[in-house]
Amino acid sequence: MLIEAVNIVLLALLAATAIAAVRLHDLFAVAMMFGIYSLLAAVMFVLLDALDVAFTEAAVGVGISTVLMLATIGLVGRHELPSTHRSLLPLAVVVATGAALIYGTLDMPFFGDPGAPVHQHVAPYYISQSPHQTGLPNVVTSVLASYRGYDTLGELAVIFTAGVGVLALLGLRRRKRPGKHRTAQ
Amino acid sequence: MTIAGLYNYWIVILLMMTGFYVVISSGNLVKKIIGLNLFQASVFILYISIGKIANGHVPILQDGVSHYSNPLPHVLILTAIVVGVSTTALGLALVVRIRESYGSVEEEEIHRQDESL
Repeated sequence: MLIEAVNIVLLALLAATAIAAVRLHDLFAVAMMFGIYSLLAAVMFVLLDALDVAFTEAAVGVGISTVLMLATIGLVGRHELPSTHRSLLPLAVVVATGAALIYGTLDMPFFGDPGAPVHQHVAPYYISQSPHQTGLPNVVTSVLASYRGYDTLGELAVIFTAGVGVLALLGLRRRKRPGKHRTAQ
Repeated sequence: MTIAGLYNYWIVILLMMTGFYVVISSGNLVKKIIGLNLFQASVFILYISIGKIANGHVPILQDGVSHYSNPLPHVLILTAIVVGVSTTALGLALVVRIRESYGSVEEEEIHRQDESL
């Protein structure tokens, strides 16, 4: 019962933070709301038995993402201009998409159901075989680094590509102002 | 019974749609990317919720425990978090370049300058 109560409180806090992020126009405050949202999500992951995901989200989502956003806000300015066009169309699109997704959940197995199809295939094999085949008690680690090691290698390729992209956009370019450069010649 | 079993997913869908709304309604490029991140974090919560087993334990094997939550969504989402921060970094770098070229990160201002060219 206590876990259910914590679950409901966390979901309510997540919803409040997300709605605050929609309504604020100071980007610094929006970035802070995102940091709080990520931290609440990390707490939610602890509640849902995903410890590895929780500390990754706490380090990467709360730490690195928020720092990147703050650095960008420092470069581009922190105030959003109020929108001049009507916001009815986006609202309609969002409500329609949300209704379709909720209709989709009606066929889903209930939350926490141990008989759900997702729990019947591969996962029991990993849980029963991991200590014998890899010698690791942490099943998440053994799946990430051993059974699906190639996926992790692909992930590294994505990070490398993104790093090269960021450097190409910001780092490798010679910093020059178009007007001054010509007069110097 | 349906509400008790599914309300978790419904609130997560509400959170996803909040992020989606920021992406499509906001004219500021930085706020759009923050909205995309909100959307993304909500999708993570949805996946991890699907992996949860009632009265299950953290999937770190120990004596005397027989029910573990599904480790597979955890692995997928670990990968997704890291890929997500890479795409965020790339998107924000693009925003900084747009700001240098146009002097603004507001969508309407950028469109106005493009049309007057």
